[in-house]
Amino acid sequence: MQIIKPGINLNIIGKSKIVFSLSMALIVISILSLIFHKGPRYGIDFSGGTLIQIKFGGPATIDAIKSGLKAMNLANASVQTFGEESENEYLVRTDASADMDEAFSSKLKSALDSATQNESEIRRVEMVGPQVGKDLQEKALFAIFYTLLFIAIYISGRFELKWVISGVMAAALTGAVYLFSLFQVSVAFLIAVALIVTLILFWVLSLRYAMGAIVALIHDIIITVGLFSLMEKEFSLPIIAALLTIIGYSLNDTIIVFDRIRENLKKYHKESLAFIINRSVNETLSRTILTSLTTLIVVFSLFVLGGGIIHDFAFALLIGIVIGTYSSIYVASPILLFWEARGRRASG
Amino acid sequence: MKNISWRWIVVLAVIAVAIVYTLPTFNPGLWPHKKINLGLDLQGGMHLVLEVDAEKTVESAIDRIHQDLRGFMRKEHIAYTRVERLKAAEITVHIPEDQLEKFEDLLDKQFRELRLASKSSDNGVVAMRFDLPEAETEHIKTMAVDQALETIRNRIDEFGVSEPDIRREGEKRVLIQLPGITDTQRAKQLIGRTALLEFKLVDDAHDPRTALEGGLPPGTELLYEVQTDPITHRTIKTPFLLHSQTLLTGVYLTDARVQIDSQYNEPYVSIEFDKKGAQIFERITGENVKKRLAIVLDKKVYSAPVIQEQISGGSARITGNFTTEEAKDLAIVLRAGALPAPVNIIEERTVGPSLGSDSIRMGLISMLVGGLLVIVFMIIYYNFSGIIADLALLVNIVLIAAGLAVFQATLTMPGIAGIILTIGMAVDANVLIFERIREELSLGKTALAALAAGYDRASLTILDANVTTLIAALVLFQFGTGPIKGFAVTLSLGVLSSLFTALVLTRAVFDYLLINRKMKRLSI
Repeated sequence: MQIIKPGINLNIIGKSKIVFSLSMALIVISILSLIFHKGPRYGIDFSGGTLIQIKFGGPATIDAIKSGLKAMNLANASVQTFGEESENEYLVRTDASADMDEAFSSKLKSALDSATQNESEIRRVEMVGPQVGKDLQEKALFAIFYTLLFIAIYISGRFELKWVISGVMAAALTGAVYLFSLFQVSVAFLIAVALIVTLILFWVLSLRYAMGAIVALIHDIIITVGLFSLMEKEFSLPIIAALLTIIGYSLNDTIIVFDRIRENLKKYHKESLAFIINRSVNETLSRTILTSLTTLIVVFSLFVLGGGIIHDFAFALLIGIVIGTYSSIYVASPILLFWEARGRRASG
Repeated sequence: MKNISWRWIVVLAVIAVAIVYTLPTFNPGLWPHKKINLGLDLQGGMHLVLEVDAEKTVESAIDRIHQDLRGFMRKEHIAYTRVERLKAAEITVHIPEDQLEKFEDLLDKQFRELRLASKSSDNGVVAMRFDLPEAETEHIKTMAVDQALETIRNRIDEFGVSEPDIRREGEKRVLIQLPGITDTQRAKQLIGRTALLEFKLVDDAHDPRTALEGGLPPGTELLYEVQTDPITHRTIKTPFLLHSQTLLTGVYLTDARVQIDSQYNEPYVSIEFDKKGAQIFERITGENVKKRLAIVLDKKVYSAPVIQEQISGGSARITGNFTTEEAKDLAIVLRAGALPAPVNIIEERTVGPSLGSDSIRMGLISMLVGGLLVIVFMIIYYNFSGIIADLALLVNIVLIAAGLAVFQATLTMPGIAGIILTIGMAVDANVLIFERIREELSLGKTALAALAAGYDRASLTILDANVTTLIAALVLFQFGTGPIKGFAVTLSLGVLSSLFTALVLTRAVFDYLLINRKMKRLSI
């Protein structure tokens, strides 16, 4: 069986204007959503607070649960259903984190039992103190930072097969980041600095493949984060893990397309770059779609059947895989061409 | 031909080793290797991070020095107008100028660690402020965290939790993981209690009630006895006025056990002192017959019996309306020793056992459904070659399981998600190769030539493409906490094993079929 016929010849490059507007629109929407929501919505992992997962023996209303919480001085806690409606499972979240004495859970259970006239079971309690939340935030940002750093170094060496330049990159990046870290700036700021320095270095050293890959990557991350913010989902530790996985996965596709472009450059050295890029994307299209499809199949089954704990994680992966596949086909390669056009203008 | 047999040996050896390591998980006791560890989110349990309030130990160290200083100055007959501990960890001393020499002599001999922070002289009185140098306070703090770690470890050992994980995290935090624990409340009580046992004399000269209103007489403190009425469940607080000086602490304890009082049939805790403790206890009781001696635990009075006669032999009892369980826990904390400073729970994650087993069930179901869909898809898409890719997929899962067992890594819910993700991504390598083979076949090559070209050309690309995922996984492993680490582990194992199955295993199968079995057409 074949989904994508061998002779396929989509005009990928010809659509680059439409694609460019679509991507820009998605990025603008993402950034606007982030501004509108005042940054990403942090889960208790990062903001600190308490999360309690409760399952009731029979149907319980949110109002009844809230009245039970009121008796525990948790009037401003938010309550939402967790997983399927029929499971009678709820998530309670408060910003309070410190005042959990030893008898808390048993008191809470009896307060909820009497308020809802139902047997309740406290299945999960997560309490994160404000300091721990800040630490975890920093840790997550560092993880993103190091992933980007290592990947920037790797692709600059790998795509261009110039490991000396990659060494220069590594040294310049580490130097710049070290310089800024002396000023005690936040990690988020460091990441921005590292990204800008990376882009400038790619530009100056004319590492166009690496440039294409990293732009596609930033594109994927911004849109995934933006969609998450748009849907008012929370950022927690697993979501960061999903984001990093998306970084790796999205690059995976891009590397394969770029490898084919390089191979074809040798094969058809008389053709224009636009032709070669178009041909290479088409040749690898079958593989790109297939792999994304099998990965989507499993992640979708995790999303539907995996239960509430892993739901958002699977959702982040779903978005990331779709966006990552799209960017490998439509975003990463046209950037090479954009670069070429710039070069021609400069020389002629 | 030689090439093929070499591949087969590697493949079969790897699979055999993987099975040896995986089997005990499904059939414990088959042979002595451990099964795969389940994370707290899958088997239920409690994860705690405590912060040791190490500043408090510095304060109490200064407090002790202050008490000693006063004692020595009295002993050496050094006149002073003021010796006090200030709020910050500092001691202020005011002495007449003519006493300065004797005082400095004393400092040289007994209090070398004190650092002079400021000194001024006014009207013949020298005012000095002392504190501890940073190196000393840092040392005290480090020791406090070390000791807290040791004490908590002892308590948990005595409590009886299988395979607890207790370790220091950062400068003053302690990470505790208690798998499978259900009575989380009791565990928290046991771990978080300071358990500072003190013996103090009751000040019978003053009435605690008047002291409550009119301020405390110097050198005394007001502590409460808290009792819960078994019938009304109301708590009753009784104030006690005590001399602040601590006569004896739990440092000298050698043993603490639960006993049942034969008269009232109530549990109490009997404690034994070591030789030095017994001596002190004998002296105190001898000097204070007919006075009341309060037994204070964590600033709460447990009982204050009247000393009838001098007690030698070094044993005492703590009573106080305990349930058997309370008495048992008290004995544990006393035996394990006091925490050097109070601890605060700054992170807690508790998962009930039912949620854990639900997670396992749902994880396995989604793995099964996703896996089957991919397997069916591969067969439909690549026919016979799809079956070979599916074989590789199954071997992959066995290899990941074996990897978890070999490295004694922990399987968590995100870890299961990582395996599921790997199932989707593992076929990628085969898809790459198969697509390449199809391309080569369409150029008119023979099956064998197309196969060789497909593998040769795709190999480097596959290797490269997986490096990026591996980078992300390794960073996650470095920075992730518990469950996320589990994800990083299964993802890395998945990447590595899929490289092996795609580049070595499927190649061996294809070569066998095309070369040894002389298959002419490739069903792909």
